[in-house]
Amino acid sequence: MEIILDVTDLHIEFHDHETPEVAVHDFDLMLGKGEIVGIVGESGSGKSMSALAIAGLLNRKTLTKSGRIMFDKHDLLTCDRKTLRSYQGDEISIIFQEPMTSLNPVKRIGWQVEESLRIHHPDIDKKIRKMKAIKMLKDVGLENAADVYNMYPHELSGGMRQRVMIAAAMIGEPKILIADEPTTALDVTVQAQIVDLLKKINREKGTSIIFISHDLSLVNQLCQRVIVMQKGNIVESGKTTDVFTRPRHTYTKKLIAAIPKIDLNGDGDMA
Amino acid sequence: MKYTLKKFVSMIVTLVVVSLCVFLAFNVLPGDPAVRMLGLEASPELIAQTREQMGLNDPFLVRYFRWFIAFVQGDFGTSYSYSVPVAGLVANKIPITLTMGLMAFVITVLISIPLGIVTAKYENGILDRIINVSNQIVMAIPPFFSGILITFVFGLILRIFTPGGFVSYTEDMGRFVRYLFFPSLAVALPKISMTVKMLRGSLIDEAAKDYTRTAYSRGNNTNGVLYRHVLKNAMIPVITFLGMALADMVAGSIVIEQVFSIPGISRILLTSISNRDYPVVEAIIMGIAVIVIVVNFLVDVIYRIVDPRIGIE
Repeated sequence: MEIILDVTDLHIEFHDHETPEVAVHDFDLMLGKGEIVGIVGESGSGKSMSALAIAGLLNRKTLTKSGRIMFDKHDLLTCDRKTLRSYQGDEISIIFQEPMTSLNPVKRIGWQVEESLRIHHPDIDKKIRKMKAIKMLKDVGLENAADVYNMYPHELSGGMRQRVMIAAAMIGEPKILIADEPTTALDVTVQAQIVDLLKKINREKGTSIIFISHDLSLVNQLCQRVIVMQKGNIVESGKTTDVFTRPRHTYTKKLIAAIPKIDLNGDGDMA
Repeated sequence: MKYTLKKFVSMIVTLVVVSLCVFLAFNVLPGDPAVRMLGLEASPELIAQTREQMGLNDPFLVRYFRWFIAFVQGDFGTSYSYSVPVAGLVANKIPITLTMGLMAFVITVLISIPLGIVTAKYENGILDRIINVSNQIVMAIPPFFSGILITFVFGLILRIFTPGGFVSYTEDMGRFVRYLFFPSLAVALPKISMTVKMLRGSLIDEAAKDYTRTAYSRGNNTNGVLYRHVLKNAMIPVITFLGMALADMVAGSIVIEQVFSIPGISRILLTSISNRDYPVVEAIIMGIAVIVIVVNFLVDVIYRIVDPRIGIE
């Protein structure tokens, strides 16, 4: 399998207080083309921090990062901002936990979905851009895509907004989609729909997905490989089936035990 | 459209209520207009006759409607002290005061929005600190005093304009506007400080919101995030403030006219108050009220354009 993202020794430290606080300690991740990797762990385990770092969204002055995030022969941690920006939204996209607030409240849905295209491919004709956006909105399961195109975020439900976020993230056909707890804020039925949608995207477009969640059953359904994090460290990683059937680390065992009922024969696309 | 219509109806209702209040207030004020007109030596018979002629003995509501309908038609009554129609008395004064208020508003918008953006963009930088400190100072100086300072600096030292050399718009529009620039600046200064402070805070708040992170994730640079995403959101509270500030600046211009010896509404307002020339005072107060209410209506309409969440049930 072709490796498209190679993260080694990612280390993130906060300097908000007197003593520096380590958020992520030596995080490693190799992401293959078309692969879905899950990162699980409780709040504060550093999983979202790692994801934001890969997406190039950790730029606070009170924070230091070290290690390497290799993508397309560039180290995203050290390359210039312009190079990083040229990947953001075009090659590497991200969707977030909060679909209610992640969209700009005063801009139309269509405008927001098209944004990556406008930034990265300004040569694309306005009409074609609109067509692509409407097609994208249809692809993520919004039936009345042409109407949604002209709506504002407050006119949509949480599930619909997350679909819009996915449409906006996918319009540039990125190589990597980072999904940072994309279903946590949604109803259980909507959660399953979003997971199915991510599966479909992965299958049809071959997009590699990094799926971050604390919901192990979802990870089990969706991911081929899983990384378990605790307090900024990777405590266990491997094939999802192996990790979930034969957890070696006590923390992983606890996480699995904490789930009321887990379907270990889940219908995930186990490659 | 429905929203605009609703706001329009509410504007008309407000106008009627305000006019009723103004009329009522001038009715309970002491002083008999008939006596005022005729002088203290007039015989009681003549006063009674005049009162009858002026319709002062009619029931309150009848007098109110007569006054209101005339007002809408542009007949503001007759000045007690000058015995000429109020409309003619204020007609060539209102444009002066109004121009000043509007110029102050335009100056406020043109200066405060770029400054607000700069202070927020370079938060805690040197420029931000300098502007913040000057803001505190400027905010504390009342317009009439900054007016005196401006006259001194720009008029007497730099000689950019001639203090007291007011030229009416009927004579020379260019010189009229140039002269009014400095008093308008005096009116605008405290509002500029407040708007800068407000926009800065609003921009910084908005920049911390989730959609900003989304905007960065799509490959926007700082300016892209600022101008394409954050600014419109941050302007929402600022628009409300600017609406109030506009009405306030029209009223504030009245005071400043005295400092710059501009023959606007102020002089006639002051003399009319001391002469108990009620029709003139009424007309001016109503004029200011109309401006405030219309501006509020316009702010509501602009609001709806900027923030799509407003007016949806």
